[in-house]
Amino acid sequence: MAELAAALLGLAAGVVGGLLGVGGGILFVPALAIFLDQTQVEAEATSLLAIVPVAIVATWRQRGYGNVRLREGLAIGALSGLGVAVGVVAANELSQRALELAFAGLLLLVAARLAWHGLRTETGSERSSSSE
Amino acid sequence: MPRILQLALIGTAAGAFSGLFGVGGGTVIVPLLILWLAYGEREATGTSLAAIAVIAAYAVALQSAYGNVHVGYAALVGVPAIAGAVAGTALQQRLPERAVSLLFAGLLALIAIELIVV
Repeated sequence: MAELAAALLGLAAGVVGGLLGVGGGILFVPALAIFLDQTQVEAEATSLLAIVPVAIVATWRQRGYGNVRLREGLAIGALSGLGVAVGVVAANELSQRALELAFAGLLLLVAARLAWHGLRTETGSERSSSSE
Repeated sequence: MPRILQLALIGTAAGAFSGLFGVGGGTVIVPLLILWLAYGEREATGTSLAAIAVIAAYAVALQSAYGNVHVGYAALVGVPAIAGAVAGTALQQRLPERAVSLLFAGLLALIAIELIVV
């Protein structure tokens, strides 16, 4: 039963990943932690392995639709090594609570910017009427 | 700023978040491509996926050195996700680009809440 729930959450992760251009880790990690009893760090590590084939297949599909700037995407990936190394070591060595809260705050700011971007694209250029 | 430096900065930021939080880095890459490099939404998400494949492969190689990776569980969630990703990319082609921005903003808000609560 727990396996089925995890698999369904995996399916949802793929849909979100393909739709929004993310790997799906946002749903893989809770699926692994909650339904398969992995610790947070184990769930994050296993999630990363699951992301690889999902990202490859989704890239292949998006390339078919003409939406991939492959050179720039691969450049971003290839140049991520330093950041990845720092992040993985920190995840294994540090207490994560402060980092989580800081990241959450940053995401809320970016969400607001992005929502504003989407709304402005829709309506031309309104000023402050859409501050939800 | 030279283009390659911009891409390197995006990669470094995405990699750090990927390693720290076990995500592929798309939550960082997609908004930066849209807001900083003026990508269209569909291009940003498609290009992000190519970057994620490389970033996640790096990160999983490092994480496996810590003995944290469970291959069977990765397959259990990852195989259904591959089918989901094919459906998700097809669905995206039917949506206006601004809807992708708004959905992405919603996703970021949900992640923020998850980080605070869980």
